[in-house]
Amino acid sequence: MENVYELNNVYKTYKNDGREFTALKGVSLEVKEGEIFGIIGMSGAGKSTLVRTLNRLEEVTSGTVSFYGKDLAALKPAELREVRHSISMIFQGFNLLNQRTVIQNVEQSLKIIGVPRVKRRKKAEQMLEIVGLLEKCNEYPARLSGGQKQRVAIARALAADPKVLLCDEATSALDPKITGEILDLLKKINEERKLTIIIITHEMAVVEKICDRVAIIDDGNLAEIGDVKEVFSNPQSKAAKKLVFPSNPFEASHPDGKVIRLVFDGTQSSVPFIANLVEKTGIKVNILSANTKSVGGIGYGQMIVELPESQKERQTAIDFFRDGGLSVTEVS
Amino acid sequence: MSDYIKDAIITGVWETFIMTFFASLFSYAVGLPLGVVLYSTSKGRLLENRGVNAVIGTIVNITRSLPFLILLVLLIPFTRAIVGKSIGTTAAIVPLTIGAIPIVARMVEASLSEVQPGIIEAATSMGASPLYTIIHFVIPEAMPSLLQGGAINVATVLGYSAMAGVIGGGGLGAIALQYGYYRYDKPVLWTTVTLLIIMVMLIQEFGIRLSKKHRKA
Repeated sequence: MENVYELNNVYKTYKNDGREFTALKGVSLEVKEGEIFGIIGMSGAGKSTLVRTLNRLEEVTSGTVSFYGKDLAALKPAELREVRHSISMIFQGFNLLNQRTVIQNVEQSLKIIGVPRVKRRKKAEQMLEIVGLLEKCNEYPARLSGGQKQRVAIARALAADPKVLLCDEATSALDPKITGEILDLLKKINEERKLTIIIITHEMAVVEKICDRVAIIDDGNLAEIGDVKEVFSNPQSKAAKKLVFPSNPFEASHPDGKVIRLVFDGTQSSVPFIANLVEKTGIKVNILSANTKSVGGIGYGQMIVELPESQKERQTAIDFFRDGGLSVTEVS
Repeated sequence: MSDYIKDAIITGVWETFIMTFFASLFSYAVGLPLGVVLYSTSKGRLLENRGVNAVIGTIVNITRSLPFLILLVLLIPFTRAIVGKSIGTTAAIVPLTIGAIPIVARMVEASLSEVQPGIIEAATSMGASPLYTIIHFVIPEAMPSLLQGGAINVATVLGYSAMAGVIGGGGLGAIALQYGYYRYDKPVLWTTVTLLIIMVMLIQEFGIRLSKKHRKA
């Protein structure tokens, strides 16, 4: 499959009042046609800067960003505007024109490329129908909810038939239920229109729900990249582990107690390991926290357990879990 | 109040209206584009250009700092060159326009600066050129604020038009000065002042209503 984007050793340094700040430190990655690609990281990790290099809202300091083989930095202003018609973007703050109606907002992206009035209106109506807001076409954005505003922004982004949709924290201002609805809509658009979607987020739940592949950005570096399923079940980098396993709020009940983390993936999540352990060895463990999530329809889980005091029993328990194919790591 | 003074006041209202209308119109014809240029060439904006911004900004600041009365006197030769005379209603429109241009320009710049940067980012990401973004995104978004600023500017011009009476401009200001002040005719003074206040209030009210009607958020 063709690569939509190829980033090669991208650096971005801001100069402000004589001080330098490097937001991106040599990021290289590829985005494939038709996939939903997630870029996740903590606030300030550089992901917003990264997505802005993809349509050259930000110029890179060094390295290249190629869009279908074209180096964006080499484009002249008019050529860049032409390319931008194929790269749509939606934002956390929606960025709709408040003084224009919903349908006028959607028409904007078509007006820019010079589509005549009648055709423009018709296309805009089609787009509003896709996002389920046709009946609101003559309302002003101020009268819409956050979720509805983002739907209008999606309609506006799709109207010009882009090849890629960039989503910059597009669901971060929305509540979990509305976030789910917007993500379902994006997934539907991805499948029906074969549209490549790049999602920037700080929320793990967003990546879990719809992304095919994910890149983890940490302090301007690409910490990890891969299939969402792999990264989630077996995170390698520290940044990835921090995102996949949020910090454990529980302490061992004894000062010298031992706490371990068990990670399950798909097949093992249906086996009752703790019950089996008690039944077979008589060793009792204390469950401090546990959770499971579904990534691409397969269950992944982690459990934080405290082991008994006896060294021998501890080892037996750990061996038991390892033999069962679970990943075991020490927490304390 | 004698009949001829009443007639003079009625003519004065009309002259004040004419001066205010044309001076506002002409000052917007120049001040609006100037304000757009000031906005778009300032730091971090779409057409950032320090040179242009500094030159226009300095000219605007100088004209704006001159007291209007001084400007009136300084502009007498210029006015004569343009309209052929330096007294009367038509002649007063010239200094009024010149005096209002920098005020309009700064007001327009302030209104445009209020537009959320996100709107501009969205326009740019859609492939809009800087000029297209300013015309189709920034100005429409700033419209309610521009209208409100417009009402303030027109009221200011009306106030200035009264001052034009000093150098022989027409209108209510001249009547207040000549009949009311120099002749100690208190009723005339108070009548003209009241009329001026009413005119300012009408303009303000009209401006606010227009702005409200346009403001969708």
